[in-house]
Amino acid sequence: MKKIKNRDFNFIVGLILAMIVIIPALIGTVWTPYDTEAMNSSLKLAGSSLSHPFGCDNFGRDILSRIMSGSSTTLLIGIGTVFIGAVAGTLIGALTGYYGGLVDDIFMRFNDVMFSFPSLLLALVFVAVMGSGRIQLLLALGLAFIPSYVRIVRAEYVRARNLDYVKSAKLAGASDMRVMFVHILPNILKVLMNSILIGFNNAVLAEAGLSFLGIGVQPPAASLGRMLADSQTYLFNRPGIAIAPGLTLIIMVLGISLVGKSKTITEI
Amino acid sequence: MTGIVKKIFSSILTILVVACLVFLAFAVIPGDPAVAKLGTQATPDKLAALRHQMGLDIPVMKRFLVWIAGVIKGDFGTSYSYSMPVTKLIADKLPVTVILTVYSFVIMTALSIFTAILAARRENSVMDRVIQIVTQMIMSIPPFFGGIVITLVFGLTLKLFMPGGYVSYGNNLPRFLGYMFWPALAIALPKSAMAFSLLYTGLVTERKKDYARTAFSRGNSTKDVFYKHLLRNACIPVVTFFGMALADMIAGSIVIEQVFGIPGLGRILLTSIQNRDYPVVEAIIVCIAILVTVSNLLVDILYRVIDPRTAISE
Amino acid sequence: MKNSKRLFVSALVLLMTAALCGCAGGKAGEGDAITIGIPQDIEDSLDPHTAVAAGTREVLFNVFEGLIKPDSNGDLKPAIASEYVIDDEGKTYTFTLRDGVTFHNGAPVTAEDVIASIKRCADTSNGDPLVAAFSNIASIDKKDDKTVVITLANPDTDFLCNMTTAIIPADNIDNAGTNPIGTGPYMYVSRSPQENIVLKRYDGYWGDKAFIENVTFKIIANPDTIVMNLEGGSIDMFPRVTTAQAEQLSDNFEIKEGTMNLVQALYLNNAVKPFDDVRVRQALCYAIDPKEIMDYAFDGRGSEIGSSMFPTFGKYFMPELNDTYNQDIEKAKALLAEAGYPDGFEFTIKVPSNYTQHVDTAQILKEEFKKIGVTADIELIEWSSWLSDVYSGRDYEGTVIGVDASTLSPRALLGRFVSDAGNNFVNFKSAEYDAAYETAVTSTDDAVQTENYKKCETILATEAANVYIQDPAELVAINKKFTGYEFYPMYAQDISKIKLAK
Repeated sequence: MKKIKNRDFNFIVGLILAMIVIIPALIGTVWTPYDTEAMNSSLKLAGSSLSHPFGCDNFGRDILSRIMSGSSTTLLIGIGTVFIGAVAGTLIGALTGYYGGLVDDIFMRFNDVMFSFPSLLLALVFVAVMGSGRIQLLLALGLAFIPSYVRIVRAEYVRARNLDYVKSAKLAGASDMRVMFVHILPNILKVLMNSILIGFNNAVLAEAGLSFLGIGVQPPAASLGRMLADSQTYLFNRPGIAIAPGLTLIIMVLGISLVGKSKTITEI
Repeated sequence: MTGIVKKIFSSILTILVVACLVFLAFAVIPGDPAVAKLGTQATPDKLAALRHQMGLDIPVMKRFLVWIAGVIKGDFGTSYSYSMPVTKLIADKLPVTVILTVYSFVIMTALSIFTAILAARRENSVMDRVIQIVTQMIMSIPPFFGGIVITLVFGLTLKLFMPGGYVSYGNNLPRFLGYMFWPALAIALPKSAMAFSLLYTGLVTERKKDYARTAFSRGNSTKDVFYKHLLRNACIPVVTFFGMALADMIAGSIVIEQVFGIPGLGRILLTSIQNRDYPVVEAIIVCIAILVTVSNLLVDILYRVIDPRTAISE
Repeated sequence: MKNSKRLFVSALVLLMTAALCGCAGGKAGEGDAITIGIPQDIEDSLDPHTAVAAGTREVLFNVFEGLIKPDSNGDLKPAIASEYVIDDEGKTYTFTLRDGVTFHNGAPVTAEDVIASIKRCADTSNGDPLVAAFSNIASIDKKDDKTVVITLANPDTDFLCNMTTAIIPADNIDNAGTNPIGTGPYMYVSRSPQENIVLKRYDGYWGDKAFIENVTFKIIANPDTIVMNLEGGSIDMFPRVTTAQAEQLSDNFEIKEGTMNLVQALYLNNAVKPFDDVRVRQALCYAIDPKEIMDYAFDGRGSEIGSSMFPTFGKYFMPELNDTYNQDIEKAKALLAEAGYPDGFEFTIKVPSNYTQHVDTAQILKEEFKKIGVTADIELIEWSSWLSDVYSGRDYEGTVIGVDASTLSPRALLGRFVSDAGNNFVNFKSAEYDAAYETAVTSTDDAVQTENYKKCETILATEAANVYIQDPAELVAINKKFTGYEFYPMYAQDISKIKLAK
């Protein structure tokens, strides 16, 4: 990603949208306008005002603050999930794809089984096994996302191992590890980068979905999915409570998927 | 044809592996169905008696063999919570999930093909641009938020349906189908936006090809060329996506059930996990695995039908 | 392929039409039917003897009856028995069966059915009997076709409240879990897991027949959709809405306010540090203000309590205990310093995630404890984990929960704090308490009993066994089309009293 490609509309708009959410979220990890858990009975369900631009929830907690901290939680879980998925997926995919053989067959059978399951459902089963909470959720989603990376990376390695540049590197005496991670890996980064961005979006949506079901991030900690779930009670009289976290989620996902589609990323 | 036979065989194997994994996973996780059922009335003696009644005092391996033998015969045991055969319970709820998924799939297909052709026919027109931007946004709407917005707009404001007014398919089929349209729409919207962009790319590429020009030059109307000639070829790369979308829709229905108050497999799955009602949890997961593999298989066959080259190349 | 476009368009049109006619159809047989929302399905059992959950009891209340039955004032009224005689000592209980009582299958209730039902609940072949108090039964005999005599091993004037145990047909005991047959005003029709439970009026009922013919209990698993369901008309009534939900409802609904009959408290594990020190427990009591909790989470509703007793037990409730600890931050800090925690400490409150009211309360407690330097971490756990870890395993520091009374006897609330009680999940230990409780239970003199039960309550308050909060308000939202709802001092939704408003 040397420089932004000429007039890459998708990249610029995507980046701006993503930053609209990511910058406040990053700030949210260290500072929020109000304590995200502090309650104030006089501000129960208060509408938007100068001091509380998005209003307050049913405990009188500032919604803007909660969105900031909620989206940072979502963001961290997204990054963590992609990290676990991509690192483990790349390792497994590289080893099995490069060496092939019986181990590869067994792994692939197993991977196909996992892959035949929607990742949201897989994560749900993992959470059932491990219990709910931030760390468990991160692990569950990370595990659930490994198979998709394994699949992509393995395919690339299978293709690469017969290519000329790999053969010549081997002839030159490079070790397998070196061939795998120094020679081949940089060449599949483009494919990997794209699936990381898609995976990030899927992880964000899965986190929100699980929290929405009440088995993800636990109160009083804020989470976009949880806020959406709670907002349903007030849909009649204060639909705004649902709109704010919902839009935040959409803007973040939209921004990142635009970046992922942009020429700058796809034509590295 | 051997390709398909091989696929069917490996699908059966996959389902069996899922069944084994799921049983073993739930045999080791913490939580005791007897404790969940007895609640605050539990005493050590009562727990022991109930565990015996549930067959939980039998060694895991033996339990596993009995269970897997039952599964092969289609018998998943008896639910701890509902004291009824799991097979009957699932048979009752499975249609809800299947109909919701099929419904979403139909909406997705119809919507994406219609809009893709509409946009691709007038490439770079204002209409095209508007559709492009709108689909890009719709793609990013998580189904459960879509569900909330649909409830708010079509249910509460326009009063086109009664939120929470789910009726079982056994009681009143038309009302059931009417209600299910909305959750299906919530699931289908983001997926149809994705299908749209794939189809659109396909159509735009196809129209530049020679055969398309020939078709145009023969004086066929644009509409005819698109629906008769281009669509079929543009569909080929999208079929794989449709297959994956189908699997996602099954998972998506679990979340959307919660928004629309639909007592389908998802609701049963969530409560059964809470109650440690393992026979039900295991059966539902195996069921979903079957649904997913069968739909993958169908997509595979469809692929061969649309694009005969795949069959030959194998 | 020309038709493909037409196909897609017509498919869409068809689906839209289906969606629109879906909402046109009205409810079948409106007027003689009511749909009641309940938060969870019956997941323990339809069998009244093995059912344990409060949510199950309140539904089955309509289907089953015992020899006697509580009315809405909490008084025990003869039901299947038309009268009963208790000897002065409280040892022999003689019940005369009412004429003309039939089961839902039409069969008359016989002495054999009564004996079989009670024997089943007293059976000890699996260890503990289904009804704990029945271990005191020495014998149960049929005197004649209409008379059953129960003789106790030890005198117990409080035994009668256990006779609300459901009577079921002797020949249906093996199928009780799948085909429930009782004698109540409503009979069981069908169920669909996680969807509904359907009851129908029993026209052969011996007493005042119910008004509404068809009753559907609809399971609303997602509490966030309760308001939508009520306003949309898919349910007519929901017991226990939150104040926030009540505020959202339109004029079409009446909000009835009663009490939940729960002892809601921050229950502390008295056996673990730092809660083994009475001063620490008292400090927490001084730190909180039940009024503040009620204001935040319950819109000011609810009744303050100061011990393990709620106001409905008028005879035993001691309002003066509410003032044992009034919020006093300085005093709380001083007590903590005295106990060796001048800078406070950190502990975990485990709360079952399915109870919004307790989760909300825990969130407010957390804020209140901050003021005395105590950090409370909230850990939400599943109900099944709460049962196994907290309630049975006693592996916790603090938990917010509401404890209800399973029978209409003070023992149901106070018995669990006896040092060696199996359900003493807070590990409370006090010789003085044990002695007072023992005196109350063994005495046959009402005045002595009352005095000692009150002594027990006072000990719980002064020893700060738990941080007592409130008996939460129960808000029932009911469509104004219906009238006649009555509260019970126990878990019961008596549908037979509800009728159409004129």
